[in-house]
Amino acid sequence: MLDTDFFRRWMTATAAAVDREADRLTDLDAAIGDADHGTNLQRGFTAVTAALGGESPATPGAVLTLAGRQLISTVGGASGPLYGTLLRRTGRALGEAPEVSTGQLAEALGEGVAAVAQLGGAQAGDKTMLDALLPAVQALGTSAEAARDAALAGAAATVPLLARKGRASYLGERSIGHEDPGAASSALLVGALVEAAGASGGGGA
Amino acid sequence: MNTGDRQVGIVLVSHSGPVAEAVAELARGLAAGGATAPVAAAGGTSAGGLGTSAELISEAARAVDGGAGVALLVDLGSAVLTVKAMLAEGGELPEGSRLVDAPFVEGAVAALVTASAGGDLAAVEAAATEAYGYRKT
Repeated sequence: MLDTDFFRRWMTATAAAVDREADRLTDLDAAIGDADHGTNLQRGFTAVTAALGGESPATPGAVLTLAGRQLISTVGGASGPLYGTLLRRTGRALGEAPEVSTGQLAEALGEGVAAVAQLGGAQAGDKTMLDALLPAVQALGTSAEAARDAALAGAAATVPLLARKGRASYLGERSIGHEDPGAASSALLVGALVEAAGASGGGGA
Repeated sequence: MNTGDRQVGIVLVSHSGPVAEAVAELARGLAAGGATAPVAAAGGTSAGGLGTSAELISEAARAVDGGAGVALLVDLGSAVLTVKAMLAEGGELPEGSRLVDAPFVEGAVAALVTASAGGDLAAVEAAATEAYGYRKT
């Protein structure tokens, strides 16, 4: 079972991954977007870590709702409301349970991803974060490792796609040949699930 | 419909602070000779960069809220998504806040003219949205 501490570790591991990869995310965004994805997410997850340090959310759902609210209010770019909605809706779907199974997390994350799709009006194959998140949710029923691998494969598979949403869609065919920065950062978020599970001594997730 | 002495407030949310301020000034200039309905700009990030700030949007909406509703007009990308996410969450914007689907500049002028004339939120929304119908060629 995944307890509140697991979800705190998930958020701090995501923040660390975003710190580590901020330059790569910004470079990806420079190719087809407005070159701020790494710095925006860094600012957002720094605020998430600070908020989790200052407040003590009591349940897995409360950790994610707090994180989501921080992202919406601090990121400044489109990734703020998108990731904020993802975490907040996932947190709400987890309800008040003090601990949840991986299966419950997969189901809740599925609701979060559906909310992101609705907010942005995007579908699979539009070269967005959904292309990493949708396969990850499917694979999370198996394990966190499977979800991480599916997200990474999904992000890599955005390279040949034509962008249909956001700033990159204005580039038309010139968006082809670049990995989508949102899919790349989504793979970091999903990969951090594995780190969060590992930090507790393995197993569990 | 007329709202009596309470006017609908208008919030202009842009990816850029100067754009939001300038469109607010343009709308005020074109809307009336004298006092207009309340309009506030919420552009850029809190640090003054390009982007969107949920805090600035909340502040602007509270500043123009007179109890008759608040119409939010948005331009690009994160401006659209941030307002949508705030409305979906609830509690961050005054009661009666509504995202209005309209061209940013033309819609702002139409919205402020209508709100200043005492139109209710539905009338303000309709006027702003109608601005999409004005063809330029």
